Amino acid sequence: MTSHIDPPIRVEGLNHWFGAGETRIQAIFDASLTVERGALTILRGPSGSGKTTLLTLMGSLRKVQDGSVRLLGQELRGASQQSQEALRRRLGFIFQAHNLHESLTARQNTLMGLQVHGPRGDAAKQDAAAAHILEILGLGPRIDYLPEKLSGGQKQRVAIARALVSNPEIVFADEPTAALDKEAGIQVVRMLKALGAARGTSTVMVTHDTCIIELADRIITIEDGKLVSG
Amino acid sequence: MTRLLHLLLRRMPIGWLQLTHNRMRLVAAVAGIAFANLLVFVQLGVVASMNNVINLTYTPFSADIIISPPSPQLFGGALLSRRIVYMALADPGVAAATPLHLGNMEWKRPTGMSKVLIVYGMAPEASAFAGETISARQLAMLALPNRVLLDSAFRNIEQATNAVAFARMSPETPMEFEINGHGVSAVGSFSLGSGFGYDGALFMSDQTFQRLVPERMSGTLSHVLIRLKPDADPDTVVRRLTADLAAEHVQARTIAQTIADDVSYMNTEAPMGVIFGIGVFIGIFVGLVIVYQVLATDVAAHMKEYATFKAMGYPHRFLLGIVFEEALIIAFLGFVPGALLGAGIYSVMGAATGLPLGMTAARAVVVLIGTFAACMISGTLATLRLRGAEPAELFG
Repeated sequence: MTSHIDPPIRVEGLNHWFGAGETRIQAIFDASLTVERGALTILRGPSGSGKTTLLTLMGSLRKVQDGSVRLLGQELRGASQQSQEALRRRLGFIFQAHNLHESLTARQNTLMGLQVHGPRGDAAKQDAAAAHILEILGLGPRIDYLPEKLSGGQKQRVAIARALVSNPEIVFADEPTAALDKEAGIQVVRMLKALGAARGTSTVMVTHDTCIIELADRIITIEDGKLVSG
Repeated sequence: MTRLLHLLLRRMPIGWLQLTHNRMRLVAAVAGIAFANLLVFVQLGVVASMNNVINLTYTPFSADIIISPPSPQLFGGALLSRRIVYMALADPGVAAATPLHLGNMEWKRPTGMSKVLIVYGMAPEASAFAGETISARQLAMLALPNRVLLDSAFRNIEQATNAVAFARMSPETPMEFEINGHGVSAVGSFSLGSGFGYDGALFMSDQTFQRLVPERMSGTLSHVLIRLKPDADPDTVVRRLTADLAAEHVQARTIAQTIADDVSYMNTEAPMGVIFGIGVFIGIFVGLVIVYQVLATDVAAHMKEYATFKAMGYPHRFLLGIVFEEALIIAFLGFVPGALLGAGIYSVMGAATGLPLGMTAARAVVVLIGTFAACMISGTLATLRLRGAEPAELFG
């Protein structure tokens, strides 16, 4: 578990590359950073600068090749699949493409965020928790709609609900507000900040949205795979 | 259905929801599995039919032991000498022995049509050797010369005989016809049916057989049928006969062993059986490829969704559970039309060829279990890419 000594995320000397031999392309160069508990940390930089690669490395969605990533007190380099799965259950992910399950309703998609922890509590309580967060995100009348019946913004809100419903310790978000209007985008980020204040949830977000950047506790800029500020 | 599966699986039935969400994909998958099932049913049906035909050729007679030429098949072996009968009778465990004559004939009809017959000849007084399809009373009816029993399951019998005469056939109103230049009277019928190289069968006395098959040398026979004394052990008598007849180039076997050898030879050595066996193998292989293709396509279509589950911390066995759920549902939904179509094809093929083709519960269960197994294996293979991959790679 996270101790008061260990920050939720500590990255040291991280290098990452794709391909091998002559086709090898280095995406991250000697990156070191820490993410503080309860903080909203924004990663920004031009397209192809390595933001998403860094986010997925910190979120244990990619194997660490060189350097160190300590996530919630556990080293990810060389970590077993089981321990990575256990770690991921303590995280929330919001993807740019929302990645909703097309055959599940908004409520069922959100429930998947709870059921990953197993049959904890009764089904009615889980159902109520899913409905509650969807209500908060303005999807009350559409909780039993399939994703194909929802707009891009509504789908993104379902993805956000799915990530937040289990009260994760860290939320990783890749352009979460890209499909939302300005007001809804700000509302989502305020919600993430409120979670940080109330429960100590840290958020690491990749975004180009200038309105959101103002709300960040910390901004890390990355260019050509190198951290240049933050 | 969703609620029922939810209760059974104790989780959201994601596989079922996925399948029913895209109806066209579901129909295509079910059609693929049904076709794979149909292929396997047809191939298995043909092989089973061949084995049924072999078994049926043994039904007009019965025996405890049969002495045969060194050929694995009932028809077509070398001829034996009549002295084998007497040598067999000398064994202390043998109660009775009788010759069995077997042959093939071409039956030319006045219409110009020609039929191929297999012919059985046996002494009319050998009632102890009457088989399950010929009674001792029918056998006795053959004592008069040129009387025969005609196969009622003859292929296209209506084209070969007069239907009214066939229906009235009895010792009092026999159906007369000519075969091999000899007039014969059919006084009754028995059921055997057609095989892969003949249209039906005739059963007659040994004397009539000698007249109709003049090229068969007098004193020769095809097999010797043996009945044992009540206290005789068949295996012991077989061993003794084998030793006593060692110089005669014959083989003595129990009737069960004889049938088993015949079936085994047809399945593993005879060209027709080997070709049918390869047909079964190809049917199963093509079926497996179709099943794998169906499930691999489905897994590929949901790759991003599975990657998301992985990213959320769901273990691989959860994803495998979804794919297995889909595999079992598709397997069952595909099996039902596959089995129905298979039964229909059997019916059409049986009607066209006269072969004993039909759906059996055992075959249906075997194919269903095989389909479940094939779907599970294919599902496992289709998810291999998911197992080792990192979620970030799968988002593509």
